[in-house]
Amino acid sequence: MAAQPGETGATAGTPIPKAQRAVFWNDPRVRGIFYQIIAVALIGGAVWWLASNTIANLNARNIATGFHFLGREAGFEIGENLIDYSPADTYFRALLVGVLNTLRVAVLGIILATLVGTIIGIARLSKNWLIAKLASIYVEVVRNIPLILQLFFWYSLITEFLPGPRDALNPMPGVFLSNRGLKFPLLAHEFAYDLALLLFAVGLIAAVVVGRWATKRQDATGRHFPTIWVNLGLIFGLPIVGWLLAGAPLTFNAPSLQGFNFVGGASLSPEFSALLLGLVIYTAGFIAEIVRSGIQAVGKGQTEASLSLGLTKGQTLRLIVMPQALRVIVPPMTSQYLNITKNSSLAVAIGFPDIVSVANTTLNQTGQAIEGVAIIMAVFLTISLSIATFMNWYNKHIALVER
Amino acid sequence: MATAVQQPSDAPMILLEKVNKWYGDFHVLTDIDLSVKRGERIVICGPSGSGKSTMIRCINRLEEHQAGRIVVDGVELTNDVRKVDAVRRDVGMVFQHFNLFPHLTVLQNLTLAPIWVRKTPKAEAEATAMKYLERVRIPEQANKFPGQLSGGQQQRVAIARALCINPKVMLFDEPTSALDPEMVAEVLDVMIKLAEESNVTMLCVTHEMGFARSVADRVIFMDRGQIVEQNTPEEFFSHPQNERTKLFLSQILAH
Ligand SMILES: Nc1ncnc2c1ncn2[C@@H]1O[C@H](COP(=O)(O)OP(=O)(O)OP(=O)(O)O)[C@@H](O)[C@H]1O
Ligand SMILES: [Mg+2]
Repeated sequence: MAAQPGETGATAGTPIPKAQRAVFWNDPRVRGIFYQIIAVALIGGAVWWLASNTIANLNARNIATGFHFLGREAGFEIGENLIDYSPADTYFRALLVGVLNTLRVAVLGIILATLVGTIIGIARLSKNWLIAKLASIYVEVVRNIPLILQLFFWYSLITEFLPGPRDALNPMPGVFLSNRGLKFPLLAHEFAYDLALLLFAVGLIAAVVVGRWATKRQDATGRHFPTIWVNLGLIFGLPIVGWLLAGAPLTFNAPSLQGFNFVGGASLSPEFSALLLGLVIYTAGFIAEIVRSGIQAVGKGQTEASLSLGLTKGQTLRLIVMPQALRVIVPPMTSQYLNITKNSSLAVAIGFPDIVSVANTTLNQTGQAIEGVAIIMAVFLTISLSIATFMNWYNKHIALVER
Repeated sequence: MATAVQQPSDAPMILLEKVNKWYGDFHVLTDIDLSVKRGERIVICGPSGSGKSTMIRCINRLEEHQAGRIVVDGVELTNDVRKVDAVRRDVGMVFQHFNLFPHLTVLQNLTLAPIWVRKTPKAEAEATAMKYLERVRIPEQANKFPGQLSGGQQQRVAIARALCINPKVMLFDEPTSALDPEMVAEVLDVMIKLAEESNVTMLCVTHEMGFARSVADRVIFMDRGQIVEQNTPEEFFSHPQNERTKLFLSQILAH
């Protein structure tokens, strides 16, 4: 490529003749400082104006300020709660219930959307025409319909089109699907289950130990160890053996129809189900695209170089393609995780009591709108910053070193 | 492991018999016959699109041929994965665009195959890797990442990486054509030294005629998927027989 004459510019160390030196307002540093001063002045002015206005208005209407209301009795019901809650509890506890509900949707949503999205992203790259086509139709449909419409769709599908509890769909023994949500059996309390759980934890620890030992031995002797299979055996085999030894009991706490509704077992409410389903299906469409482009970003040359060295296809995927694809995938994935968290606030639209919904009720009852909105903002800011911090740390951990 | 029976030393290292390959309707390789002796150095040249890359990529089955036979050190390349693996363990390849693994350090690039394919202990693999880095004269770069090296250094690492599997055959696909002119010599030097100091069989696609003159036992000219002419470097350059060869030589020597 021929370098353009003017393109090279002055290299470091070459003194610039005085006549060519820029006038001070053309100096990027001077400009930078100038813009910053203007920005600070504008923000300061806006804050002062808002604050003085608000204080004047609040005083005029006799509304208290501050967070004292948090200790007062909430007095309203919340449909779903992970921790004990009754209307006699404080606003603080009500808000805590809301935060936990938001976290529950966000965490489950992030995990499930990642799984579904990864599978669909890989499916789009499939050599099988039908699978690839179906995956791309999924992505196009899901990404192009507003999330709130999808939430209404799932919610009305569950509440309008599913039968009532008496005629509930029963796809598997003990599992009931009705317009009251999904009911499913829980394991009853048995010694064998506790033992299995304990052995599961033991298996996890043992797996880590085995992994370390196998790496050390491979470094020292070059011999490979079937770590994956042995560890799967440890993690899942141990609990099963324990359960068998304890008599292999199979007792469930199954839901059963009594009167107009189910008792026993565990349940997912229609609101929670619709919100989770909507968030997962919607976000999975975006994640699928991220995963697909991440895998495609690893050039064919990388695979060829790896195969030419004698590595198998599996080793190539694991040691060469995946680590590089992850670097492309992680940063945009972070913003999808933030999106799930923020989009969970659409819960309000279908009546799931997330933090926005609870804080809304609170500010309606107390009139303390500024504090209510501040709480919502603080909660989302905290969750978002936590996710972003973790993902940035992970990204740094795997980032490429460039020149 | 599908190891070859000990081959008699006069058996060809690489044998191509009536090899044909198509991309759809496009006939890339037509009736390629080629026999390469142990330790022989071959330079392959020809116009762009003539099938040079495709031919040498068939030798380690990065591409599949559709008709004919390819035998490498007594192992015929078929759909049998074990045979393909066996051939790849003995054949190193250097690419035009280096294809180093950017997420691994230079040393890790070099030890990857010894550790995962040859199951060599790590310390031993690293010692061997350092030996090869010294041969390509960049031991001080061992712990850097490929992105931190110049093009010429990257290509020398790629050569060392291929040598670490202790190959019987080295394939080079235009190893210097992606390099800035001032870096071409350092890579060619390494390749010439490799030819002088080892008895590895070399097939090199290149238009570096100086390299061909000093290293090659035979120069092969390809055009439109066929081997049009082959000869010793002296004869090839001074008395080309075929019209297409003459035209090609006049074009590259004009530069
Ligand atoms: N995957 C492919 N699909 C279809 N055609 C291909 C493919 N790979 C190569 N070809 C075609 O096959 C012909 C031979 O390609 P090849 O890369 O072997 O040429 P080459 O001699 O190495 O050329 P160059 O000097 O440009 O590298 C070219 O016409 C090319 O367009
Ligand atoms: Mg080529």
